[in-house]
Amino acid sequence: MLTGRGQFTGDMSRVGMLHAAFVRSPLAAARVTGIDTAAALAQPGVRAAFTAADLGEPYLMAVLERAEFRPTRMPILAATEVRYAGEPVAMVLADDPYAAQDAAELVDADWQPLQPLPDIDAARAPGARQLHDGLDGNCLVELAMFTDERLPGIFATAALVVEAEFTSARVAALPLEGRACLADWDAAGQQLVLHCSTQVPHQLRSGVAQALGIAEHSIRVRVPDVGGGFGLKCVVGREEVAVAGAALRLRRPVGWVEDRQENLTASFHGHQQRYRVRAAFSQGGVMLGLDAEIDCDVGAYSAYPFTSAVEPLMACSELPGVYKVPAYRALGRAIATSKPPTAPYRGVSRPQIVLVMERLMEKAARSLGLDPLEIRRRNLIGPQDFPYTGPNAITYDRGSYLESLQLADEIIGTQGWRAELAAIRAGGLRAGIGFACFSERTAYGTPAMSLRRMGMTPGYDTALVRMDPSGEVLVSTGTCGQGQGHETTFAQIVADRLGLHPDQVRLRQGDTDLASYGWGTWGSRSIVIGGGAASRAADQVAQRLREIAAHLLEASAQDVELADGSASVRGDAASTVPISELARIAHFQAHRLPEHLRYGLEARETYDPPGTFSNACHVALVSVEPDTGLVVLRKYLVVEDCGVVINPMIVDGQVRGGVAQGVGAALLEQIRYDNDGQPISGTLVDYRPPTAMQLCPVEVVHLETPSPFSETGSKGMGEGGTIGAPATVLNAINDALAGDDVAFDHIPVLPPDVTAALARAQAAVSAAAVQGVQ
Amino acid sequence: MKDIRQITVTVNDQVRDLVVETRRTLADMLRHDLGYTGTHLGCEHGVCGACTVLLDGLPVRSCLIFGVQADGRTVATVEGLADGTDPDAQLSDLQRAFSDQHALQCGFCTPGFLMLAEGYLSGGRPADAGEVTEAEIRDVVAANLCRCTGYQGIVEAILATARSRLDPAGRERGDGERGDAGLGGSEQGTGR
Repeated sequence: MLTGRGQFTGDMSRVGMLHAAFVRSPLAAARVTGIDTAAALAQPGVRAAFTAADLGEPYLMAVLERAEFRPTRMPILAATEVRYAGEPVAMVLADDPYAAQDAAELVDADWQPLQPLPDIDAARAPGARQLHDGLDGNCLVELAMFTDERLPGIFATAALVVEAEFTSARVAALPLEGRACLADWDAAGQQLVLHCSTQVPHQLRSGVAQALGIAEHSIRVRVPDVGGGFGLKCVVGREEVAVAGAALRLRRPVGWVEDRQENLTASFHGHQQRYRVRAAFSQGGVMLGLDAEIDCDVGAYSAYPFTSAVEPLMACSELPGVYKVPAYRALGRAIATSKPPTAPYRGVSRPQIVLVMERLMEKAARSLGLDPLEIRRRNLIGPQDFPYTGPNAITYDRGSYLESLQLADEIIGTQGWRAELAAIRAGGLRAGIGFACFSERTAYGTPAMSLRRMGMTPGYDTALVRMDPSGEVLVSTGTCGQGQGHETTFAQIVADRLGLHPDQVRLRQGDTDLASYGWGTWGSRSIVIGGGAASRAADQVAQRLREIAAHLLEASAQDVELADGSASVRGDAASTVPISELARIAHFQAHRLPEHLRYGLEARETYDPPGTFSNACHVALVSVEPDTGLVVLRKYLVVEDCGVVINPMIVDGQVRGGVAQGVGAALLEQIRYDNDGQPISGTLVDYRPPTAMQLCPVEVVHLETPSPFSETGSKGMGEGGTIGAPATVLNAINDALAGDDVAFDHIPVLPPDVTAALARAQAAVSAAAVQGVQ
Repeated sequence: MKDIRQITVTVNDQVRDLVVETRRTLADMLRHDLGYTGTHLGCEHGVCGACTVLLDGLPVRSCLIFGVQADGRTVATVEGLADGTDPDAQLSDLQRAFSDQHALQCGFCTPGFLMLAEGYLSGGRPADAGEVTEAEIRDVVAANLCRCTGYQGIVEAILATARSRLDPAGRERGDGERGDAGLGGSEQGTGR
């Protein structure tokens, strides 16, 4: 990577390779009445042009086995109707990408415009057109998840009822490398080799096989270096299937590299949600009841294989979070609109539910005249409460919810944050400190995932650990990283169990022919589930090594220790044999071993945990410039607990990168559409991820509460930074503006939002003053 | 009708003659005609900076420059930071600092940041500019986008390299030692 020798999908080429360009709908809603590719085909260098009919009208359909779910058929190329601007209707294949793009512009399609449904309000309006036939109210799923008959009574008698609406903008995951794939027909192996920038190689294989009607073994997905995923690449893209279909049909290599405009307007988005919430509190600030109505604007189709329900399901299931909520009701919907579908972007609804709960705590504290940290302490699940089963029927394993808040408060005290706050205020700016407490369920195995009732239920994973005759180790897994350092951490885990140096362990991930099945890398699952499977397989190989050593050294296997590359009998320094020698004998001198120890050193294992909760407390110090509305992040602290830390540098990197994405969602990022459903954030000038200037150093402090549901005691932690940051930053802004009586319940908070709110507040003060004078 | 030109360009100290279409970007020419695929394309409209290379020693977005504009000039890519012909070559001090400070995760933006930083470090920072500060480095780093790291490691890596290369006190302390960078054009304006 540092020397330019990484290999990403777009870096690969093949002799005779064709380059694909997609013809996309310019309208948000239209019937397609004709597509003419003749002019494109007449261009020099153009070898083929395909519409849906040419490929056999393939489609992807994600399924949830719930009566209240409406599946959508997502055509690989739309044939009769387009449901968002950017939806592909044809593909052109040419000798070079310049020629392909030129020719794509010559494809002539006839569009009969339909009424677009640009947002939830339009889609839910009485008499609104149905985006899919028979889709009542454009509702893809309505989940009445929990209810409690005591709620009306609780709300009627509570000392305080906080009622509010919270919204979050549509955002893009925005990996620096967009989506890309290269499909190559291997005539000798009679197999389509699909190189793809994906997080989920096996699901991609399944999706392509299902869409094209071919056997899974006739496809091999291989994942080269991946330039970031963040959830965008844990669903199957229709372009990936189209490229595979074209290569299969032409028996030629076909490549496609998404450009940034396609990435921002025609891939997958996330996180556009609205929460209408009521919370009942006692006079002492104890939450008594919670009632939420959650609408997710999920775009036109269900992404494969997660479905459009992934956001409302997560939101309803996990809204109570780290707080004890005695009575809870949630209603969640996925609403179809004329926009691209949503994928499970990093955090999946949890940035929003944490924002909701943390804002509720702040609002209640303000109304009741309580310290905002004290009200949290009164509601947090405490050390004596674990294992805690909430009203959402989820059991939380032990965490450090109170301890992390306490430590964070102590650290900012020691570091003088409040003095700095006062100094900034004295300098004429607004300034505030914001907190957020949260947990995130990570490493969902099938016990947790099956409750969602997905047609394809992910969760378990597999690992194969093989020692070769030289004593070196190859590990292959179904997880598939994209910069999380799995090569390092998996090697650490396996080497530790085998008594080797991590350099002697090589990880092979992202090859569907090397792992029977696996679920890729997303949902903060890899180190717990993939690492757990690798750990178990390594334990088996280690046991085999101990038995071989015991046989050779005439000792008992229980007395053999594996360390520093050798097998040694405990307490007998002379009885030792190098592990490489054991490997040599196991492979080349098998006859020296008893039958049950012969023939190789390998083990395949699976791991399928119920899931485990990481937790954290985030604190931010921001300043706000009242004249311009500019919010500047001054300090950021994360006290996090992901159980046993396998590699602190990698954990800190994940946390800091996650915080950056959360800060972006809080202050900058917004995918926007106009009223006709036209995208107006198609470049990185219009869609602004944070640069180094919008961020500050993030201090990360670790607590360590080992998980009982993990082979290594570790918990997942890939998403926490993104989950906690929006609430933290929003609370800090609101703290800064509390004196102005301004509070925001939406993200992102943009500079014009701040100046407008301050102007409104000022006008209200003036009006009151005038009234006072009169 | 394609508009084709013959050009000569020096890439990482090697003189290359090639024939390119005039509309071909420098990035595509480097990646696909010359095989320097370490130069990445993240947006193709000049914002993300993943395609940053040095043209006559100065950082440019190679997605916004045509290949023919490099005719007669020198280009440095990430492959030239260490000795690109030797897979076991020593990393440059800057590359080592990126590794030490965990300044990369997926690695896609990394070549652009390395070349941006190399351009800044060897770009003739005035001798009287004073001590290098984190704010100054953040300002440089803000030219490019990274989606994985939150920039902290990148800022720290470039700051550490800047202190050892540019800060006179650092040089006197002897922590300004550099690996053999072998970078085309790096002599220009380094003040060393």
